[in-house]
Amino acid sequence: MKYFKYLFIIFFIMSSISIKAESNDLSYQITKNLRCLICQGQSVYDSDSEFAISLKLVVNEKLNEGLSETEIYDFLKDKYGQWILYDPGLNKNTYLLWLLPLLLFVIGGAIIFKKFIIKKN
Amino acid sequence: MKNKFSILLIVFFTFIFIIFYKGLNNSNIYVPSTQVEKDVPDLKVKLLRSQNEIELKSLFEGNEFYLINIWSSWCGPCREEHPILMNLKNQKNIKIIGLNYKDNKANAEKFLRELGNPYYEILEDNNGSKSIELGAYGVPESFLIHQNKIIRKYIGPLNQNLFTEINSLIK
Repeated sequence: MKYFKYLFIIFFIMSSISIKAESNDLSYQITKNLRCLICQGQSVYDSDSEFAISLKLVVNEKLNEGLSETEIYDFLKDKYGQWILYDPGLNKNTYLLWLLPLLLFVIGGAIIFKKFIIKKN
Repeated sequence: MKNKFSILLIVFFTFIFIIFYKGLNNSNIYVPSTQVEKDVPDLKVKLLRSQNEIELKSLFEGNEFYLINIWSSWCGPCREEHPILMNLKNQKNIKIIGLNYKDNKANAEKFLRELGNPYYEILEDNNGSKSIELGAYGVPESFLIHQNKIIRKYIGPLNQNLFTEINSLIK
């Protein structure tokens, strides 16, 4: 019974640690996906500029307020525009970016199909 | 068939060449749009001197224009743009509100004693989060506000040209 008690305490501590780690992971994930606007070529997570430091603070604040990842992205997109996200959504400026690989894949597939499969028959 | 293929290849490479050639001429420095039409965010801010907390929107209730100027005593370009702000202070129809960015109060006061105080009200932003909520990039930066809407963003120090622009806007 005593062992059980200890086990329970250890389990409790472990789980509370993992909850904390989870929120850190989310903040890590979000800031990794944000472009540091004043230090091009670096994510907010990697940068130590004043802008990035403040932005990390704000992301943590918003997470504590209970905002979800997408809500935080929307909030920042509204302030700074699409450019702040490394993972751009599909819109009129980015449709080519999203559709071109798909189109090339289909065209390539069609060529292969035509060249090899039809020829075989 | 072979002929068709080489034509396709040439077209493909010309297409790529044009894209890259155009890309070469594009500036790779991101310039955010300066003409905006955004509501002032709901935000609680602290006044630097009295440390009272107020609603940011409550500052812009009048019918005149407001300029939020983000500044700091440690920022060189802020020193550069300060005379412009002092001039702007004397214009009718505009009130300048300072947002003191990641600064300490004593240094901020010293800066103002030395160069003059153009601000109608000074707000505190000791960790930079208020500036992020406003959509700012750093110091110095200014936002022109009219009827609780941000109508212009000026990133970097104000200069004589921008001074004339602001003057024509607030007429």
